[in-house]
Amino acid sequence: MKIVVDKKEYEVDPRENLLEACLGRGLDLPYFCWHPAMGSVGACRQCAVKVYRDENDARGRIVMACMTPITPNLLASIDDAEAREFRAGIVEGLMESHPHDCPVCDEGGECHLQDMTVMTGHNYRRFEFPKRTFHNQYLGPLLNHEMNRCIQCYRCTRFYTEYAGGKDFAVLKLRHLVYFGRAEAGVLENEFSGNLVEVCPTGVFTDKTLKRHYTRKWDLQMAPTVCAHCALGCNVTAGERYGTLRRIVNRYNGQINGYFLCDRGRFGYEHVNSPKRIRSARARRDAGAAEIPKAEALDRFSSLAAGGKTLGIGSPRASLESNFALRALVGPENFYAGVSDASYDLLAAMLQVLRQGPAPASLRQIEHGDAALVLGEDVTNSAPRLALTLRQTIRQAGLEQAEKMRVPRWQDHAVRELAQKDHGPLFIATPYPTRLDDVATETYRAAPDDIARLGFAVAHLLDPASPAVPDLAEPLRALAGRIADTLQAAARPVVVSGTGAGSAAVLRAAADVARALAKAGKPVAFSLQAEERNSLGFAMMEPKPLGRAVDAARAGEVQTVIVLENDLYRRAPAAAIDALLAAPHVVALDALETRTTAKAELVIPAAPFAEADGTVVSSEGRAQRFFRVYPPAGGVQDSWRWLADVLGLLARPEGLAWKDLDDVVEAVARAFPSLARIRDAAPGAGFRIAGAKIPREPHRYSGRTSMLANIQVSEPKPPEDPDSALSYTMEGAPVEPPAALLPFFWTGGWNSIQAVNKFQEEIAGPLRGGDAGVRLLDQAAGGAGTLARAPDGSASVPVAGYLDSVPAPFAPRRGEWLIVPRHHIFGSEELSAEAPAIAELSPQPYVALGPSDAAALGAAPGAVVNVKSEAGSASLPLRVEPGLPAGLAALPAGLGPLAGIPLPVWGRIELGR
Amino acid sequence: METPLTAKIRPDGEMIDLAAYERAGGYQAARKAMRMAPAEITELVKKSTLRGRGGAGFPTGQKWSFVPLGPAAPRPKYLIANADEMEPGTFKDRVLLEGDPHELIEGMIVAARAIEAERGYIFLRGEYTDAAARLSRALAEASAKGYLGRNVFGSGADFDLRLHLSGGRYMCGEETGLLNALEGKRANPRAKPPFPQVSGLFGKPSIVQNVETLCNLPHILDKGADWFVKLGLTGDGGTKLYGASGKVKKPGCWELPMGTPLRELLERYAGGMRDGVRFRGVLPGGASTDFLTADHLDVPMDFTAVAKAGSRLGTGTMIVLDDKTCPVGMVHNLEHFFAQESCGWCTPCWSGLHWAEEILWAIESGRGTPADFDRLDHVTKMCGPGNTFCALAPGAVEPLQSALKYFREDFERHIREKRCPWRNGQ
Amino acid sequence: MLTPEEQREIEEEAAHFPLRRAASIDALRVVQKHRGWVSDDAVKDIAAFLDTSPDDIDSVATFYNLIFRKPVGRHVIMVCDSVSCWVMGYEGLRDRLKSRLGIEMGQTTSDGRFTLLPVVCLGACDRAPTMIVDGQLHANLDLETIDRILERYP
Ligand SMILES: Cc1cc2nc3c(=O)[nH]c(=O)nc-3n(C[C@H](O)[C@H](O)[C@H](O)COP(=O)(O)O)c2cc1C
Ligand code: SF4
Ligand code: FES
Repeated sequence: MKIVVDKKEYEVDPRENLLEACLGRGLDLPYFCWHPAMGSVGACRQCAVKVYRDENDARGRIVMACMTPITPNLLASIDDAEAREFRAGIVEGLMESHPHDCPVCDEGGECHLQDMTVMTGHNYRRFEFPKRTFHNQYLGPLLNHEMNRCIQCYRCTRFYTEYAGGKDFAVLKLRHLVYFGRAEAGVLENEFSGNLVEVCPTGVFTDKTLKRHYTRKWDLQMAPTVCAHCALGCNVTAGERYGTLRRIVNRYNGQINGYFLCDRGRFGYEHVNSPKRIRSARARRDAGAAEIPKAEALDRFSSLAAGGKTLGIGSPRASLESNFALRALVGPENFYAGVSDASYDLLAAMLQVLRQGPAPASLRQIEHGDAALVLGEDVTNSAPRLALTLRQTIRQAGLEQAEKMRVPRWQDHAVRELAQKDHGPLFIATPYPTRLDDVATETYRAAPDDIARLGFAVAHLLDPASPAVPDLAEPLRALAGRIADTLQAAARPVVVSGTGAGSAAVLRAAADVARALAKAGKPVAFSLQAEERNSLGFAMMEPKPLGRAVDAARAGEVQTVIVLENDLYRRAPAAAIDALLAAPHVVALDALETRTTAKAELVIPAAPFAEADGTVVSSEGRAQRFFRVYPPAGGVQDSWRWLADVLGLLARPEGLAWKDLDDVVEAVARAFPSLARIRDAAPGAGFRIAGAKIPREPHRYSGRTSMLANIQVSEPKPPEDPDSALSYTMEGAPVEPPAALLPFFWTGGWNSIQAVNKFQEEIAGPLRGGDAGVRLLDQAAGGAGTLARAPDGSASVPVAGYLDSVPAPFAPRRGEWLIVPRHHIFGSEELSAEAPAIAELSPQPYVALGPSDAAALGAAPGAVVNVKSEAGSASLPLRVEPGLPAGLAALPAGLGPLAGIPLPVWGRIELGR
Repeated sequence: METPLTAKIRPDGEMIDLAAYERAGGYQAARKAMRMAPAEITELVKKSTLRGRGGAGFPTGQKWSFVPLGPAAPRPKYLIANADEMEPGTFKDRVLLEGDPHELIEGMIVAARAIEAERGYIFLRGEYTDAAARLSRALAEASAKGYLGRNVFGSGADFDLRLHLSGGRYMCGEETGLLNALEGKRANPRAKPPFPQVSGLFGKPSIVQNVETLCNLPHILDKGADWFVKLGLTGDGGTKLYGASGKVKKPGCWELPMGTPLRELLERYAGGMRDGVRFRGVLPGGASTDFLTADHLDVPMDFTAVAKAGSRLGTGTMIVLDDKTCPVGMVHNLEHFFAQESCGWCTPCWSGLHWAEEILWAIESGRGTPADFDRLDHVTKMCGPGNTFCALAPGAVEPLQSALKYFREDFERHIREKRCPWRNGQ
Repeated sequence: MLTPEEQREIEEEAAHFPLRRAASIDALRVVQKHRGWVSDDAVKDIAAFLDTSPDDIDSVATFYNLIFRKPVGRHVIMVCDSVSCWVMGYEGLRDRLKSRLGIEMGQTTSDGRFTLLPVVCLGACDRAPTMIVDGQLHANLDLETIDRILERYP
């Protein structure tokens, strides 16, 4: 549709409001309360423009652009003197009580309020009365609170309570004394609280972890990278100064994280600065361990790798390139999976299911679904950002209802008032209660096998050709009926599952539901969650199961074991790993000390995510390139580079051929046809814009000539980056790079992260040139199948037939419990747990029972009980978890003395002494 | 002179109970309404020219016509009586609520029939404890008779009517703020569109109507639209509850033909100014209307004429400023009220009114400067209609902007003399 | 803990709304009727009773004027400070009350007998100046009548 702004014609989307239309066309118009993901509420009145009835209307009238729908031939003016004066007046009002403390404010230099103040031209204060002042609250280890800076735009409560479903936050009082915080000081409970840092247009909510090593945005060296803490592949920007990683901010990706991250992703980065970092190579000599120079490390490494039978243990948290280099060094027949055999089977099942189709959906596709089934997965804790997405999925029904009543989607409060508490259907079947239950239509608590049976039953109802479930109890049959009816009635059903419950049956049941829907012609958004950053990509490299490596070691067939970025003690019972690492020689490459590195004869300092380049494949099957933020200090380098160096020393052809990352990427692509497209995940190292590389440092980066003066007076030459098109400088490409190479969002007059508006094709749409990453599983191959539409409704993908066997109902045992994993956003993931702020929020190890089982055991909450299973035993405090069904116990995943035992497992629990 | 709204009110101040109300012809209109088609009632009310008495003067029948009718309409639908009456200087609804609660209930039955509402609330301000007791009693009486609840008057239609007491905020009177308050939320206003007629209380079609507006309905049904139109003197139909407070001889509230001239109200009904004080100005329709002065005394008090004179009929209850009262102090008092009642949603209101209050207090206490005029002008402009989210702020600056126009010399004198001439003796 | 009577009264209100939480203001009023004010604990209890969070309830409680989030005296005096009463002598009245009770606006006498608060227009402007004591309206006040009125509230 055509509109005219300041006498110029623009083509705009009629579903937008005038503010979005203007911003999307590159026009500058200030705003505060509007948020591209949260819509308009018309509170701040900052986005005022003039609109005119027709060409003859000379006076026009002031409207809020964010509340003005696009109408044909709309005539508007941003530049009108009265509108400009009004906007300046609004900033003047907002600044009445603002403390003007920019020099000591953490937001300074990337403050939307600063930007808008400059944009409107407000310079001199006329308000001469005392400013109102507030007490601040302690909000936990993640966020600072400085309420005096508040401008009452309401974005924080809108995000925290309305968008993210948080309960422990509110707006208190009224008039110019409105207070945003908690009813009582205390740790913010919502898993997405960190977004307040970016949602707040000024410095009320700032990053407490950044404060401890504070650096202005303009002094940060930044690079585009991919979150290291789950398999969703959220895009993040990491920033460094003086060799330490300072913070993470959201990097918009329209298909994945959009504008928001979870708190694990935002605050987990500090593992990189951990005292446990391995900063140089170390070799065990007779009288203990000692640091050795890089050359010696390489010598030893290559002689160990060449001397006899060598196994390589890969890693789901390491890049494709590092895994591939290890595989190249030891040979495919000696390349093993660094995950438990149970996880291995799950991953294999997941990959198989995804390859058969329907292809995995992006978070955006899930968000646009209108009815969802979550089978077995506690997404808030295993793939947190997905939980935030599902909260929006259930709003689609209300949004559509509103649109039918001609209330536009962006009219946020009108849409919410219309929908009230009615939301779209969400069914959650998990072994224990989840943090999404508050918006669930129905929940089902059961053992994994019963959850799988529910899924199969739903699939069978949707498509009788899928396997029937024998002996289905009546309540379950009825529930399956309600779920099947709902999904059947939905226009865009969503099916979510994953490896979180540790059950392949659950995974397959979810797949059958998705297939049945696809067969019925539904554009189903199907999503399976893997555990780690590169679980799926790693699985695609076809490693062998770890158990066989252990067997080989036990049989004494192994000379050397090389462990890549992996604490194997988290993967399998200690006895098995002890046996494996009892091989004559063990080499471990990792960034942080672990129980595994402690066992190694040679420890190689691998670069953590912020100091490394590589490619990872998310649960969506999206391959994404991540880039070094800064060159690692000392002997640290990428694992793949260490391994390439060793290959070189051994004069192996790969080693001689691999000069940079692109060469390894190319080798991976050639070796695995299914990974061929990773070439396109990002432009290669040779990419240039107008002959220049892309600077990691902003144009205002300060102190370059002097920041190292305490070491050397003359300014050192900036380091080279052979592996990417990014440079460690502030000079470079004058125009914006492709999305995959965007080191930060910043443009003239827009210093805050809200500059992202200027990088999108349309507001909240893809970044210009397309969002980063390539999807690998779209042309799902294999199996004869029917045709169905892809989740976006466009292409056709083949869907395989059903080939599943339905498990028997769960049978509780006397004196034994089926111990299931209970995931924790803070604590279950290995790397983030090393970040102090996250560690503070992690639970202490425990074992959980439902109230009736706990009572039967005669144990009070907190009592120490003994947990015994074949895979290991420990004494742990008892946690009573309401909602955990009888016969099930839960252990925190990845946490505590039993972190290595594969779950679920049968075990005994007895009162301790 | 006919006074249909107040005719049944007892002179002794007691409420008229159901029996007496019915003896006087009460609930006949409600019976009649139940035999009429909803659209027919709306047509009648449209023809009567009845305009809302809550301040904005929107034509009542027209407002109803946006409510979806018939079996396909969303359910339940709501009818809400706005009995919040917190506009300073306004005390007309109280007279009706305390004196003749059945009239309101009957009016609501009629309105509910017209929009096919099955649920109703009387949103009463919390301080009106007498009115609350009387309404409760009247509701109980009407329910006992089957005039409320299931199958009203045997019509087959239900109308469940509840009394709700407010937590206390001026914003609860703003119709969308009221909806939020009734939902148990903060009384922030809502965006329009969508209008409450389409998406109101709990997202369902709703009508919010002032007490006095509703009380007119039984009489319109009884006596017809033409009768109602002819009650008014100037084309705006009906009678109006007018009131006067301030230093007049006989402050009070009177039901008079719509369009009664200001002078007549002031001199004949309010008895003129008290001895020793002289008239300087008047807020004709409550705290959020522009001052009128002696030049405007011949203005007929109806919606059109008062608007033409540069103010608003508002609630029709006027506040009189005399020459022994400081206009700056009075405007400060008003802006203190509005600043305090600002819900804090939109910037011009919460920041502007706070600023205006501070400036006015500075002037009143002798700390004003000539630059303050610009600043006050700026605030009134920022808070103008269309610039804010709801009508609170535009109403709030009406007395301020008109005081700056008519009493500028008094402001200047404060600034010049660095004191309030009234406070420190003249 | 909410008393059974409080629970019953709140339940009665909640039953007339399609959503429980809509009765939040009624619930606050009920608790205040019985206890004089609404404590932090009461906020939590109301939240639990209405299936919402304490923050949500406090957000509502701190918005409204007639909900007291601090303890008040045995009798609450609310003096109308709006325009008609101001014209008719509010300031003198207020000063008299302050000096009689020896407290500022917003305070409670040390014997816990009176809390003195301002209130907006009481809708009795024709009988200004006005105040309410424990919900009861007193109009046409002057400096003498005040003293007599106070005596009625031991
Ligand atoms: C801040 C503000 C306060 C209001 N207070 C009241 C009120 O107390 N009573 C009332 O009837 N209308 C009040 N109104 C007007 C209502 O918004 C609404 O227009 C009215 O209740 C509609 O009823 P009517 O058409 O019968 O007048 C207020 C408006 C505003 C902006
Ligand atoms: S004008 Fe704005 S701040 Fe004032 S009451 Fe209305 S919405 Fe609230
Ligand atoms: S952005 Fe439009 S009113 Fe706030």
